[in-house]
Amino acid sequence: MLKQLTVKIKSNQFLFEELVKRDFKQKYKRTVLGMAWSVLSPLLTLLVMSLVFGQFFGRTMEHYTIYLFCGNLVFSYFRESTTGGMNALMSNASIFTKVNVPKYMFLLSKNVSALINFGLTLCVFFLFALADHVKFGVHFLALLYPICCLVVFNIGIGLILSAMFVFFRDTGYLYDVFTMLLMYMSAIFYTVDTFPAVMQNLFLLNPLYCYIKYFRVVVLEGNIPSLGFHLLCALYALVIVWIGGFIYKKYNHKFLYYV
Amino acid sequence: MSIMRAEGVSIRYITGDFKDIGLKEYVVRRLKGSYKVTEFWADRNVSFSLERGDMLGIVGSNGAGKSTLLKAVSGIMVPTEGHMEIHGSIAALLELASGFDGDLTVRENTYLRGAMLGYTRKFMDEKYQEIIDFAELQNFQERPFKQLSSGMQSRLAFSIACLVSPDILILDEVLSVGDGAFRKKSGDKMREILNSGVTGILVSHSLEQVREMCNKILWLDHGKQIAFTDEVTLYCDAYEEFLRTKKLPQSRQEVEQLAAELKAYRQEERRKAERTEAQRLEAVLESGTSEAAVQAAVAVLKKRRPDLLAAQS
Repeated sequence: MLKQLTVKIKSNQFLFEELVKRDFKQKYKRTVLGMAWSVLSPLLTLLVMSLVFGQFFGRTMEHYTIYLFCGNLVFSYFRESTTGGMNALMSNASIFTKVNVPKYMFLLSKNVSALINFGLTLCVFFLFALADHVKFGVHFLALLYPICCLVVFNIGIGLILSAMFVFFRDTGYLYDVFTMLLMYMSAIFYTVDTFPAVMQNLFLLNPLYCYIKYFRVVVLEGNIPSLGFHLLCALYALVIVWIGGFIYKKYNHKFLYYV
Repeated sequence: MSIMRAEGVSIRYITGDFKDIGLKEYVVRRLKGSYKVTEFWADRNVSFSLERGDMLGIVGSNGAGKSTLLKAVSGIMVPTEGHMEIHGSIAALLELASGFDGDLTVRENTYLRGAMLGYTRKFMDEKYQEIIDFAELQNFQERPFKQLSSGMQSRLAFSIACLVSPDILILDEVLSVGDGAFRKKSGDKMREILNSGVTGILVSHSLEQVREMCNKILWLDHGKQIAFTDEVTLYCDAYEEFLRTKKLPQSRQEVEQLAAELKAYRQEERRKAERTEAQRLEAVLESGTSEAAVQAAVAVLKKRRPDLLAAQS
């Protein structure tokens, strides 16, 4: 099984690299700043948000910019990779109806380019944290855990969305609205401390909130979350990727009729 | 052992309302019960098998299910019924020019296409120059693909596809790309590949090609398999007659009959052609004002049929 998988990955490695390259070039064609945008655009969002919300929440909270940045960082990665993933199948329809290539390749390559962007933004995030006198330490290594979960989670969501998008183009519009709702529910610019305890627990039902919270606990509080919290993060990612894989496997051969 | 075997392969397409209706329409129609999906079988119960080195020609009029069958062979589609056994790697050349990205350069597109056809980077590094040389695009390597003329685009596509060395090669109407000079070059290249003993499937509307290159023939009509046989000449004749008269043979006898009809038809045509030629010649001789025409005729006769002249005199 594992051997089969490695053989498969090896044989598709070249295709994968070329697809990632193509996605990058498509994304930054005819932009003066090119890849700098992947760092700049979250920074601009951050600037706007801290200007708007800093007045309300920033006064009472230490390191508010970093707090905001945590949320933005995770959320923009999520949005970019899932929206890209949603379009991955449709925009490559002319290829997979003519050549026999594994279709999930297109999704994975979109995810990788989003991940690279995320990596760049993460570097800037650390610079900000340093400038804001956040205490650095070995515990920062724990951030790898939510990042891994997030990657898996995003792939799962991408699998689900890309299949839905093939069948119903409405998915695109609905998902836009949904991400907006999700953003407001993920406590990106406010804190949940003012809510009653029951409400605070309800927030844990939102996987994104969990990943953001993980970041905040590590960076701002200098702690590592509990074991239960780790399990919860992994659970969300695995369940979603399982559902996505199931849908993909089931409808894999039907996409052809709909594009 | 056969390198490829199809057993009772049927492929069903679904058409109808389901496409492009959006979520709202879908729900509404489902509720009203007017949601309809019609099915049609693009291929029905097709069976064939190929040995190593075989060249299969698939013939049939438009909509016979040829391309769909190729999609199943190349693994793009999965047969709805029946199954397909394939031992070896496949390179499919279906609709050459699609799947390129207009914004990438020629070089990038070449590598991307190579990757899609399943080659390694090393292989592409080695072959890249050869591909560009064959496509005659040396001066366009860093140009965006969309700036090429459509002829150049298909030349590139053909050249990439041409350098394949698969176990099984599938050719769907690809022998006609580019201008005259390139067409000849590409035809030669294709023949070279086909003669190298590769197993292949050729779909072509040119029966000449099928006669020349194939040792097996599969005849499809509206998804139904009319014949799979190695009597290429006989069945090509029958198919040609079918194209003329639209009579579909039901049995082997009728196939032979069709082939015979074609032969008779051809002879008739030849005779007609000869007759018109003779008439034309006579007309020339008749209208010739000088003796020169008659003398020329006699000279030709002397050279070609001296016996005739001897009998006269």
